[in-house]
Amino acid sequence: MRLPEAGKCCGIVTQRTTLMAMHANEIEALIKSALPDASVSIEDLAGDGDHYAATVVSESFRGISRVRQHQIVYAALRGRMGGELHALALQTSAPE
Amino acid sequence: MSAAERIQTEIETNPVMLYMKGNAMFPQCGFSARVVQILTHVGVPFATANVLEDAELREGIKTFSNWPTIPQLYVKGEFVGGCDIITEMFQSGELTTLFAENGIPHKADA
Repeated sequence: MRLPEAGKCCGIVTQRTTLMAMHANEIEALIKSALPDASVSIEDLAGDGDHYAATVVSESFRGISRVRQHQIVYAALRGRMGGELHALALQTSAPE
Repeated sequence: MSAAERIQTEIETNPVMLYMKGNAMFPQCGFSARVVQILTHVGVPFATANVLEDAELREGIKTFSNWPTIPQLYVKGEFVGGCDIITEMFQSGELTTLFAENGIPHKADA
């Protein structure tokens, strides 16, 4: 089965409001302030500063559910997720 | 009935409950569409609620789940995740395992 491309959201939305957008390094800094040990890689999916994919690897994720792992990252982003940060595809894990 | 009461009732009544933008026939967001596509592929019966029709529900579900985005999937009253987690679980086969463990009929494996 083929899945639609990640990071494409509401079709009609596509506001290119750079005003609202967040920079990748800002996202990384917020995540690292909450999870200092984390290795964070961020990809700007659409080149519009609005649709990102982040991979976060941290020891703090070991032994806890994916929901909890993502909640930790969302908390680190302090309410920006779902607001000025429109789309952030998230993958989290503990180090191998 | 408050949004929280409505959600509590819905997730208790429907073994697989999806909060989404639009409905299963006409999803109004790519992320919601993807979860619908996965659930349909897996062949599990599911109910949906359209958060775009109800501003109180749209905010209420975020608070209820402590989760900032839509879609949100509940299985047997437990929050399972949003689009990324459901996709990951589908690809790893964990999603069908979850349905099997909860005695929810489904047809396909990943």
